Amino acid sequence: MEASSHAPSAPKIPGVPTDRRRAIVVGASSGIGRAIVRQLAREGYSVAALARRGEALAELAEECAPDCAATGGKIVVRAHDASNTDEVPGLFEELMGELGGLDLILYVAAVMPKIELKEYDSEKDLKMLSVNVGGCIAWLNPAATLFTTQRSGTIVGVSSIAGDRGRKGNPVYCTTKAAMNTYLEALRNRLSEVGAHVCTIKPGFVDTDMTKGMDGLLWLISPEEAAKQILRAARKRVNTKYVPWKWRMVGTVIKSIPSAIFRHMNI
Amino acid sequence: MGANVRTGFEYVEAWGMNAGHHATVARPRTPEEVVDVFRLARERGQTIGLRGGGNSYGDASMNSQGLVLEITGMNRLLDFDDETGIANAEAGFRIADLWRSIVPRGWWPRVVSGTMYPTLAGAAAMNIHGKNNYAVGTIGDAIQDFDIVLPSGELVTASREENADLFHAAIGGFGMLGVFTRIRLQTKKVHSGDLEVRAFANHDLAEMMEYFEEHKTTSDYLVGWVDCFGKGDGLGRGLIHDARYLAPGEDPNPEATLALSHQELPLNFFGVVPKGQMWRALRLFNHDWGMRSINLAKYHAGRMESMGEPMRQAHAAFAFLLDYVPNWKWAYGRKDNKGLIQYQIFLPNQTAHATYTEVLRRCHAAGIVPYLGVFKRHRPDPFWLTHAMDGWSFALDFKVTPAKREALWKHCHELSELVLEAGGRFYFAKDSLVLPDHVERMFPEDKLAAFMALKKRVDPDGLLQTDLWRRAFAPLGA
Repeated sequence: MEASSHAPSAPKIPGVPTDRRRAIVVGASSGIGRAIVRQLAREGYSVAALARRGEALAELAEECAPDCAATGGKIVVRAHDASNTDEVPGLFEELMGELGGLDLILYVAAVMPKIELKEYDSEKDLKMLSVNVGGCIAWLNPAATLFTTQRSGTIVGVSSIAGDRGRKGNPVYCTTKAAMNTYLEALRNRLSEVGAHVCTIKPGFVDTDMTKGMDGLLWLISPEEAAKQILRAARKRVNTKYVPWKWRMVGTVIKSIPSAIFRHMNI
Repeated sequence: MGANVRTGFEYVEAWGMNAGHHATVARPRTPEEVVDVFRLARERGQTIGLRGGGNSYGDASMNSQGLVLEITGMNRLLDFDDETGIANAEAGFRIADLWRSIVPRGWWPRVVSGTMYPTLAGAAAMNIHGKNNYAVGTIGDAIQDFDIVLPSGELVTASREENADLFHAAIGGFGMLGVFTRIRLQTKKVHSGDLEVRAFANHDLAEMMEYFEEHKTTSDYLVGWVDCFGKGDGLGRGLIHDARYLAPGEDPNPEATLALSHQELPLNFFGVVPKGQMWRALRLFNHDWGMRSINLAKYHAGRMESMGEPMRQAHAAFAFLLDYVPNWKWAYGRKDNKGLIQYQIFLPNQTAHATYTEVLRRCHAAGIVPYLGVFKRHRPDPFWLTHAMDGWSFALDFKVTPAKREALWKHCHELSELVLEAGGRFYFAKDSLVLPDHVERMFPEDKLAAFMALKKRVDPDGLLQTDLWRRAFAPLGA
């Protein structure tokens, strides 16, 4: 035990003891994922941050270092392309060795290439499928196995309001988020028997690379604000959380529009 | 991990939730993959703990200092002979798989445990017994031959004739000699899917033992439940269930009773209440006075039952009482190191009654009373480290909480002194407590020495280890 007077001290978080602060964030180099890693570091977590871009991760690790030193946290980074599902089992095991266990995993990785209205590009579409869905399953399956056997743990999947309907704009992006929603719901139904939790996050517009260049976005929030709301929802064991909450109303309305009308609308 | 072996990082736990650890768990699908796991462990400088269904109450299939190899990935029935009733299966085949495969064909496993989820490998490694141990022996007695992968990577077949030493040491050898990959065993012809079951309420321990002795040549199954809260004249009061197979013709429609639909345990109580949630209700009673009242209610219900006529009950319903309420162990608490241990005492005929009586008295005096007591009759078998003997067993379920753990361990160690003085033994599938000097006292000296020598010969660098091995055996080799 660290008993010295200048031992780093992690802030108190109700319901999250300091020895239950081990997390993996997949998709950590920018936007929401990056903001989540920053917050976890401030909270004294041992956190593994993964993303495709190694340089961005190195920067992130550097940024987090003072927070980790102050709170007793730890950051481990690994360059990893989420569509490279074959390397996940080995990587998962390796990270368990580094973190000493796992209490929280967040799958944030996603790609949304620009798709023209009449474009059908299978290469782009299948890439989305493999990052947004394939990587999600490859990471959350081993976490679900671990959480089932240890009867605790929280899984957070960052999906999107885009999964609520099949829109003209980007058919496969909507598909990947709908697939994620259903997969996360099924995991939640399985894991609830053992007391582990699965939280589905549906962000609206967040000021990240993904929304760069889009104008007049409704209820735009910062990644830091999104991260704060996501972690709060996960700790309160919310099932499905719209971020910010106002999107729930929009989602409810959009889901209730009959298909015959929805197809004529430009949303 | 090795190219193709499926692995996961998991929490590996004692069935009684009294201990656990995180580990990489490998699930090979072929004997070749078993060898791959051995190679990998050697590369990493790690040991391997063998695990079947994970139904041992204590640390018998845990390895907190290395890898865990779980045999459940090898789970095919290779063949079953309808004429002879001989089943040949991969060793990760579960007892649940076995009975479901053969009961519609008019056969039933000769030996089953109180839960249907152990694998054949685990069952052989522990040399499990059932409620008919006194009549047909342990599962080892039903096994004809097996394949085992030794730590050297060599695949060996063993039977009573071929590699007889290995056969008699590996059965009951708690996974210390090699990985069972295939097991061939004899099953039992049945002429109905039902048993005839009668209940007999006994007022004390002596009455229970008398009943067993009177019926052991005529009954096919005998099991006693004991209300451990009974004191004085009521010490050892309980209920005996006595079952026999039906003769040909007794069941007018055997096809109907042998059907799986007749055997399967219902998923709901009264048709609607899901049994999966039942443990939550049981949890409300999981303390001394709650269990005292449940035991008392069960005893009186049993007295009513014993006045009734014998009834017919499906094999599965009679055999797998532990599976009747799914996850009932969670009533003991499923977080924060709460759980249970089972302390099962095997004693020879001569000392059984006096010792069990003293054990219950001491439990009352210490205020540490088992919530469940189960009584069985046994017979000896030829396996080197068998727990079975011409005598009895009394299995006691104790609640474990972090606050009372130390006191419970101390209490049980005191009881162990009595038991070992009386020539008793313990059983590794249940054990959390045995220490090296207990091992030396409970097994015949020549058998133990032969086992340790064989272990040294087939596994000179100690590849196969479990927490149980390190607790109870490793110091003996030093």
